[in-house]
Amino acid sequence: MKRNRLALSGTLAVALAFAAIAAGDPSINAARSTIIATFKQENVPVDASFKRFNGRVDYDPTKPNASKAAIEVETGSFDMGTEDYNAEVRKKAWFDSATYPKATFISTSVKPGAAGHFDATGALTLKGKSQTLTVPVTATQGGTTMVFEGALEISRKYFGIGDPEWNDVVDDKVRIKFHLVE
Amino acid sequence: MTERARYTRTAVSLHWLMFLLMATGFSIGAYMADLHVSPLKVRLFAYHKWIGVTVLGLALIRLLWRLVNRPPPDEPMPRWQQLAAHSTHWLLYALMIATPLVGWLYSSAAGFPVVYLKIWQLPDLVHKNEALAKVLVEVHGFLAWTLLWIVALHAAAALKHHFFNRDATLRRMFSWQGPKPP
Repeated sequence: MKRNRLALSGTLAVALAFAAIAAGDPSINAARSTIIATFKQENVPVDASFKRFNGRVDYDPTKPNASKAAIEVETGSFDMGTEDYNAEVRKKAWFDSATYPKATFISTSVKPGAAGHFDATGALTLKGKSQTLTVPVTATQGGTTMVFEGALEISRKYFGIGDPEWNDVVDDKVRIKFHLVE
Repeated sequence: MTERARYTRTAVSLHWLMFLLMATGFSIGAYMADLHVSPLKVRLFAYHKWIGVTVLGLALIRLLWRLVNRPPPDEPMPRWQQLAAHSTHWLLYALMIATPLVGWLYSSAAGFPVVYLKIWQLPDLVHKNEALAKVLVEVHGFLAWTLLWIVALHAAAALKHHFFNRDATLRRMFSWQGPKPP
């Protein structure tokens, strides 16, 4: 039970940090945005998308240093296109969506690069574990809205995702691509 | 082109090699379809696809070989039997090409690219489309079972020629002498 309480307090801390940035006003238009994870099984690249997520990106091209981002993803919404595989990844050995329904990325600092580019450093929290990552992001003006795009690579094993019996079949590295539209 | 009394060694090799590949591919396919999600299932799908791609490639080579190297003339038999035998042969060629091809289409539609021998990623023939995938998997299964029954008919006819007519129909498919000089 201690682990559960720890997970709960961790989840609470993340939720508070998320709320501080998102402030109950998610700016991301989830219907027009995509978050896709690409993993390899037997060297076959498989794309699967998270169907439900929300969040906020505060970005001012004139003050890129002050940018902030908070994204919250429902791990149970991972869709590989086949229900039996979707049900498998919700299980304890994978996302354990019942205990850890949300994954979050919350930025701590932003380093502007060339025009329209910045590196967002922040904490990715998944299945109760956090990792500090730096994600290169491209911001473009699409009509009246902003579009943020980028990709990052994470280790499945670091976050304890997947039973070890799968390690010979599914690669450790998972690439996450996002296309966030405001 | 000249009349030949025997099949070429290439034709004999392709005939039996493809028989072994198709028997293995069919067995794996029939077994894996209803398995629960597991590393074994993912592996079997990969092997099944590699076998299918090999069958497709060999079927095309075999078809070209047959068009250039005429098979030996029929053993004496009634006209209707000749027609039935030749129709069966052409139907076998059609199915040896169509079955793996539809399997490949299904794989693309389901969002799982084919990576031949874990090395070469084949192009997707259609975009990911769940509804289409559901239809294609049925068609693939139907073609595979039709192929099985046509192979059974073809084998039964060969055995009938061997044991009842006592002609060279089956024996010449085991002949390793190559075609006689004209």
